Amino acid sequence: MKHVLKLFSLLVVISALWIGLLQASIIPRSHTWLLPIYFIVSLGCYGLLMVGVGLMRFPTCPREALLLQKDIAEAKDFLKQKGVDVGSD
Amino acid sequence: MDAAKKKYSIIVPTYNERLNIALIVYLIFKHLRDVDFEIIVVDDGSPDGTQEVVKQLQTLYGEDRILLRPRPKKLGLGTAYIHGLKHASGNFVVIMDADLSHHPKYLPSFIKKQLETGASIVTGTRYVKGGGVHGWNLMRKLTSRGANVLAQTLLWPGVSDLTGSFRLYKKSVLEDVISSCVSKGYVFQMEMIVRASRKGYHIEEVPITFVDRVFGSSKLGGSEIVEYLKGLVYLLMTT
Repeated sequence: MKHVLKLFSLLVVISALWIGLLQASIIPRSHTWLLPIYFIVSLGCYGLLMVGVGLMRFPTCPREALLLQKDIAEAKDFLKQKGVDVGSD
Repeated sequence: MDAAKKKYSIIVPTYNERLNIALIVYLIFKHLRDVDFEIIVVDDGSPDGTQEVVKQLQTLYGEDRILLRPRPKKLGLGTAYIHGLKHASGNFVVIMDADLSHHPKYLPSFIKKQLETGASIVTGTRYVKGGGVHGWNLMRKLTSRGANVLAQTLLWPGVSDLTGSFRLYKKSVLEDVISSCVSKGYVFQMEMIVRASRKGYHIEEVPITFVDRVFGSSKLGGSEIVEYLKGLVYLLMTT
């Protein structure tokens, strides 16, 4: 099944639940009408939270840049000895 | 998997990587001492003499270890992999960038992960503990993170790093997945991994570090963002 269909069926199930709630009147109608908006806003907030948390915890590796420089120097030395052209490009 | 001999074909597409190709070949040989592998350089007619350097490397390391399979001009990444695949004699294929943003020192961890889990694909991820990125400013990290959250929410891809291009595939799996991909650029990398995920292939991840040395030139302007969003919608609809 295409992924978009999976998402669509999920949407259909949630909508059916919402309509069911509207008809069963367990929660006051006025609140039930607003549920989709609450849902979308929560989804948006969750997304922003995920972006913010991810940004704070974004893994960085400054050491790697230094290690790479060392590797490059080592490689250049070896290759120059063996006759490979490693002049600056 | 049975105890058959394992050989790894490492496909490296190049364009004007005269210096980097030599460095990367040296580092691959340094980190894969007891592994049976070959490096397939797919050069798209670089004007800077990349192919001359590759020939020198062939003299040093052997023409059976370094295959030069050039093309006349820039023809795109996807077709570069397909071209490389045609000449691959290994039963596993590694794809990696030539500019040293992908460090060969991670190759043993890819191989180990695949042997341990029997995975069809092992993909490098920059976004987990043990991995990381160097050389990105705050804006770049923000767009990367935002793009990732959006893609995760929409596509449920099953991997943490969708646009990464440092991956190990079983050769048959790569052949299968690549035949159904049509996108270009980094959306192509996303399409590959999402299609593989949809097809039910076993995908594992290993942390990698990514040192972006091309400061500033990998700009993320408005047009890149639009391309990305179009790519997401395309993947949402067709996978």
